[in-house]
Amino acid sequence: MAIRSTTAAPTTQRSVKDLRLGESGTICCLQDPEMALKLLEMGCIPGTQVRLNSRAPLGCPITLVLGDEDYTLSLRVSEAATILLKN
Amino acid sequence: MARLATIHTLSAPAAVASGVDSIPTPHARGELTRIALVGNPNSGKSSLFNQLTGLNQKVGNFPGVTVDRKTGISQLTPQHRAEIIDLPGTYSLYPKSLDEKVITDLLYDRESAQYPDFVVVTVDASNLRRNLLLFTQLADLGLPAVLALNMMDVAEQHGVHIDTAELQQELGVPVIPMNARKGIGVAALKIVMAQHLDAPTVSFYEPAEELLPMIRQIRYYFNLHNDYLALHYAHQFRHISFLTPDQRQYVQELVEQYGFEPTARQAQETIARYARINEILLNAVSVTRTERNEPYSNKLDKILTHRVWGYLIFFGVLFMMFQAVFAWASYPMDLIDQGIALINSLIQTNFNGPLINLLTEGVIAGLGGVLIFIPQIALLFAFIAVLEETGYMARVTFMMDRIMRKFGLNGKSVVPLISGVACAVPAIMSARTIEHWKDRIITIFVTPLMSCSARIPVYTVLTALVVPDEKVLGFFNLQGVVLMGLYLLGFLSAIFSALALKFLLKTQERSYFIMEFPVYRWPRWKNVGITIVEKVKTFVFQAGKVIVAISVILWVLASYGPGDALDKAEQQARVIAAQQQLSPEETDNRIASEKLENSYAGLFGRTLEPAIRPLGFDWKIGIALITSFAAREVFVGTISTIYSVGQDADMRTVQQKLAAEKDENGQPFFTPARAFSLLVFYVFAMQCMSTLAVVYRETKGWKWPLMQLVYMTGLAYVSSLIVYQVFK
Repeated sequence: MAIRSTTAAPTTQRSVKDLRLGESGTICCLQDPEMALKLLEMGCIPGTQVRLNSRAPLGCPITLVLGDEDYTLSLRVSEAATILLKN
Repeated sequence: MARLATIHTLSAPAAVASGVDSIPTPHARGELTRIALVGNPNSGKSSLFNQLTGLNQKVGNFPGVTVDRKTGISQLTPQHRAEIIDLPGTYSLYPKSLDEKVITDLLYDRESAQYPDFVVVTVDASNLRRNLLLFTQLADLGLPAVLALNMMDVAEQHGVHIDTAELQQELGVPVIPMNARKGIGVAALKIVMAQHLDAPTVSFYEPAEELLPMIRQIRYYFNLHNDYLALHYAHQFRHISFLTPDQRQYVQELVEQYGFEPTARQAQETIARYARINEILLNAVSVTRTERNEPYSNKLDKILTHRVWGYLIFFGVLFMMFQAVFAWASYPMDLIDQGIALINSLIQTNFNGPLINLLTEGVIAGLGGVLIFIPQIALLFAFIAVLEETGYMARVTFMMDRIMRKFGLNGKSVVPLISGVACAVPAIMSARTIEHWKDRIITIFVTPLMSCSARIPVYTVLTALVVPDEKVLGFFNLQGVVLMGLYLLGFLSAIFSALALKFLLKTQERSYFIMEFPVYRWPRWKNVGITIVEKVKTFVFQAGKVIVAISVILWVLASYGPGDALDKAEQQARVIAAQQQLSPEETDNRIASEKLENSYAGLFGRTLEPAIRPLGFDWKIGIALITSFAAREVFVGTISTIYSVGQDADMRTVQQKLAAEKDENGQPFFTPARAFSLLVFYVFAMQCMSTLAVVYRETKGWKWPLMQLVYMTGLAYVSSLIVYQVFK
């Protein structure tokens, strides 16, 4: 199961929020079960590559490029923090 | 493609009609085939709809909700016409917004008269994985489907090669590669759409074993044709509009009895579907990585969402929009105004009688009040359509989200707030895209505080009356500065009301901002044109009905009075006119003014006077407040009647009359204190029937429109009171 309950998440694990501009990572799991439904529908599937593409002028929201297709998603930093990355 | 053609030549329409298939198609029964168009947002669904139906479109409502129901007739083959229903864009069959609920309501109810014979699913070929999710859900519902593989050109640019034949084999439905923007593939799609289609043969997801007892019970109880549909009943029974309370109760008990966990199950399903889609894509799609330069969209974004240039450009765009709506629209508006006046005077010089008066002063004047807004609405929606088509609107919400959130709003609230400057009615309708209930309610609640175009006549007449036409700092026009200040006042009140509501409203629901960030594109002018025509039609027929009806009621109230009060007033006016030796024209004006004072409207004005006296208003303004409750722009027409100016007088004479009005002491009645009190009243007051009606429809109840009415009127009253008492 890729959805992990909030309590089980180790604090050391990086999330999409921690990516630097232009840096890529691989999605490991989605932390918030309810938000996960929306993120999954929008293509944030565990195992997918994700790259931090840009930040809004005030730092939030951000845009991500997902997978090898040129598909850009925008979301808030708080939402990005629920997408954990593989180490 | 060639393969498809050969498959389907066998079941050409003639063959179907002669009874080759056991189930007669609706077409064979002599009815229109009903086809629903479904797809992800940004998958080119609207383009395809426009290609299929052209201007042959109709906008109605889905029963019970106010989501626009766009239908159109498409001539598929010379013999075969079909009705196409354009459903709102969605990413899955688990609805998140009001718009999306329409889809499930339509597709879950086989008994519905609207139930489609099959669906056409549009998918973006350059982003197949995410787009196929919705398709696999629709297929598992057992709906016959055609896959419109759209945006093939974009996919090829990205190095994505799709083996259509293989994909068709894997998906079990006809697959038509196309480019809806250019119309490529539409002919082939139409031929397939004219066929009889069977339910898909491939299933993409089987509900888990342990859920089957519950699913089977639901299926049996509702007599459903498939397991997956029954599963959706378990997920969504609260939101399916056609279920009765008893039926909901039944499902709820089952769900509790079996300990069904919707969130976890939905996540499992989505992941399982993606796994399946990955297998399919592995066989049917190959990607050749081309060395590409940085996408042009990214380069543009470096400027358009830049921390300085981004906002400057956005304000430039807004400035252009205001110019268009206020300055450019004034020419066609003047033409409409003059045209209506011309028709009225033509009728009035040639005919006579109370019915003619009802026609000219009630119906045609009311109609003029509707038609005059067409240029502004057309221009506003032209701008909005272009901004949305190009993908710029997504950047605006992206840049504004952080700021708007501080005030309890959402990046997506920017569109309704901006549109509110033209007219609150379409603006409130555009708040539908906000999925989050609280954000949406707040947006709807504060949008009417933005100064709409109907306030312009009131603003200009009163500002010109008390603010001298001179320059400040050498080049700013003082009247212009005051006008700007009134708009700012409206905007600030909207923002701070939102902030107050943010703390007052409680909700469990969380606010999301997860959305697709589309690449920049050239607008499709055909789509822009169709949007304009459609919005104007909606306005004229829906808001127009209300405005014309109220104009007629107002005309009756202003033309008739209790008993013979009006006849007496007329006689008295004639006596006074004769004494003062007035010209025939002055006499007529005098009579009109005396009659209005004694009419039912005048009676209401006098009743209202004690309440509005502290604001500096008298009974004459009271009448105008009542009449302009229908629509604010009626204010100028009413006061021009009250202050005995002929109806067709232009603004300048209205101003002269207002300036000439004296109070009991012989001083000018419209002091700056009075005028500003009235101006501030119009900035805040909810003087618009159509807005109340649309808020009622959008929030499905009287709670919010009534609260808005009380809040805005209260705000207006208190502010006017302060202004008048401080400055008098």
